[in-house]
Amino acid sequence: MKTRKYLLPAAVAGVLAISLSACGGGGGGGGTQSGGGDAAANLDGRGPITYVTGKDNAAVQQPTVDRWNAAHPDQKVTLKEQTDKADQQHDDLVQHFQSKDPGYDLVTVDVVWTAEFAAKGWLQPLKDKMAVDTSALLPATVKAATYNNTLFAVPVHSDGGMLYYRKDLVPTPPKTWDEMMSMCSIAKSNKIGCYAGQFQKYEGLTVNAAEAINTFGGKIVDDAGKSTVNSAEAKEGLGKLVEAYKDGNIPTEGITFQEEQGRQAFEDGKLLFLRNWPYVYNLAKTDGSSKVKDSFAVAPLPGKDGPGASSLGGHSAAVSVYSKYKATALDFAKFLTEDEQQKFFALKGSLAPVKANIYTDAEIVAQAPYMPTLLTSIQNAVPRPVTPFYPGVTKAVQDNAYSALKGEKSVDQAIADMQAAIDAAK
Amino acid sequence: MSTEAPTPTSAKETLAGTHHMPGKESADRRQVTQGRWAYTLILPTLVLLGVVIVYPIINAIIMSFQKDSGLDPATGFFTEGGFAGFENYTHWLLQQCGSGPALGPCPPGTLGAQFWDAMSTTFFFTIVTVALETVLGFWMAVIMSRAFRGRALVRASVLVPWAIPTAVTAKLFFFMFAFEGIVNTLFGTQILWTGSEWPAKWAIIISDVWKTTPFMALLILAGLQLIPDEVYEAAKVDGASAWQRFTQITLPLVKPALMVAILFRTLDVLRMYDLPAIMTGGANNTTTLSILVVDQIRQGLNNASALSTITFIVIFLVAFIFVRFLGANAVDAATTGKK
Repeated sequence: MKTRKYLLPAAVAGVLAISLSACGGGGGGGGTQSGGGDAAANLDGRGPITYVTGKDNAAVQQPTVDRWNAAHPDQKVTLKEQTDKADQQHDDLVQHFQSKDPGYDLVTVDVVWTAEFAAKGWLQPLKDKMAVDTSALLPATVKAATYNNTLFAVPVHSDGGMLYYRKDLVPTPPKTWDEMMSMCSIAKSNKIGCYAGQFQKYEGLTVNAAEAINTFGGKIVDDAGKSTVNSAEAKEGLGKLVEAYKDGNIPTEGITFQEEQGRQAFEDGKLLFLRNWPYVYNLAKTDGSSKVKDSFAVAPLPGKDGPGASSLGGHSAAVSVYSKYKATALDFAKFLTEDEQQKFFALKGSLAPVKANIYTDAEIVAQAPYMPTLLTSIQNAVPRPVTPFYPGVTKAVQDNAYSALKGEKSVDQAIADMQAAIDAAK
Repeated sequence: MSTEAPTPTSAKETLAGTHHMPGKESADRRQVTQGRWAYTLILPTLVLLGVVIVYPIINAIIMSFQKDSGLDPATGFFTEGGFAGFENYTHWLLQQCGSGPALGPCPPGTLGAQFWDAMSTTFFFTIVTVALETVLGFWMAVIMSRAFRGRALVRASVLVPWAIPTAVTAKLFFFMFAFEGIVNTLFGTQILWTGSEWPAKWAIIISDVWKTTPFMALLILAGLQLIPDEVYEAAKVDGASAWQRFTQITLPLVKPALMVAILFRTLDVLRMYDLPAIMTGGANNTTTLSILVVDQIRQGLNNASALSTITFIVIFLVAFIFVRFLGANAVDAATTGKK
């Protein structure tokens, strides 16, 4: 029984040890590399490369890689799949870049990571010898891959928001935000909610708040990465959202919605308008539980006078500065943007193309009738702030937009705080 | 620390035993060889602890005194931040953002502005959940320690919540507390459980209590079973009431086990991450210190190291208080109780 005396201290030590190692886990290798010599090396290198991308749920990447390998037996591409969680993909890339891993030749980057990775000096600038002709690509996707006036990645997939509406209740979709709000009486008389987007405090709120701000002419950061959000236009935009929530045009529970809850409510016939991504289209058409299968349609997001400014989603392919075979990596990235591959991605994987001509391709429109609408959305899209400090910027936007929505602070105060918080994020 | 503490005891105990054993070697010589042996046996553990615990901690502390890399406006590339002094610490403790002339209080919407809120939220969760879990866990342990039909079944089923991974629990409760989830449907309420501060906090507390009370109950049950039945019988003969038996016998004798259970849970809740992260994403003032650390890692590792060092010191102090003040009493009570 004497050991009992030591039970407590031993237990404390044990638990502390666990908490300690948990704390220390975040450490290790915080170094940064500036552009330097790596960006100048191996520009002509050709050979086997590894293409790193998020989990290939739609099984479109491997067939694409196989097609390339059949034509280029001496420059074979190996596919490496990460998890399907964006945060984990991000952290995986960071770790491999920090260790200067030459095995990550070509990597898929989310549009919002491009600036961060570029500023760390991890991405090969696509200029001079490595230049890419982007004239056929949708401008917003190119802008999202550009940092400091230099292209750092080749856009491969795009994404944009659309307005899902009940065509049985609203024959012509609203073109402007105010028009949409005036239609909310229809929702009221049908005892359903009027409008919802993604208003829970997470990345989705940044997307929605940025859309409101950009639509009414505001700008969260300028091209030099300086915060410019404190403007009358931005206040008007955020004010529209806040007003809609206060009036009940956005239902009370809307503040707990992510993409899925909104989709559920829309499919249950409880919403007149929903802002969501293209993935909802097929589900709402085919889900057994969907009550709106034949009674909904899509339109571009409503704006100030015309289409609204959607936030841009999607991925680009970037060449690592540590790659030994940069020429092959770049060729494969270009290969991904060719019409054949883009069409394959759209048909088999429902991934939005980065070239306008694919959206109006007869075969694609027959399978996905929303494509022309999505094109309008992406043509009017504004990338989320392109800044190396994106995690801090998105936090500043989310936190303050959320407080404004909940009425905890005025729109003016929220926008002023947003500006200050973005400045402090550096 | 953990490995060294018990060693002298066991050495002493075996030494005490050798006095009765006839042996050729002298006791002194034995002690020396055994001591050497003991260290040889401990060495691998010490090395392992050094590699996986001491090194990361020291590394984190060193990093916490480095500035996070800043952007060179001329090139647009990040450059090394250099030595920061206590800047990272004052950033959190005094909630100061920026540097040089721009130094000022952190505006809302930055992680720095959330530090003290996160600290008080963490302690609020700790106090409330541990209190609830102790009471409920004790109650469950008392029930489980009784002999009745189906006791094994009860003991097994009580463990179910503890057996479910926390992330899964969090997701389950996330769906249950959704606006159109089962909780609102069942009670006919329209509460935005994850959309406003107090409902969100209570939703997290309820989930945590549901999940970890079994752990508490089990540790207390182990303590209860160490109390010999004769003590109760003797008390009964002496005419002690049920309440007196509980306060005079059960409580003091179970106290060492209880203290360990409370300590474990307290340190656990102080590090709470997954429940709030999944249920609310830290919105509505449910951000705990650990969530803040993880958010900060994406914005700057060195600053995150400072924050995790602060978190570590806080947890260490709490543990120290437990052992030094409350724990010492527990040991006393156990030894006097035995006499």
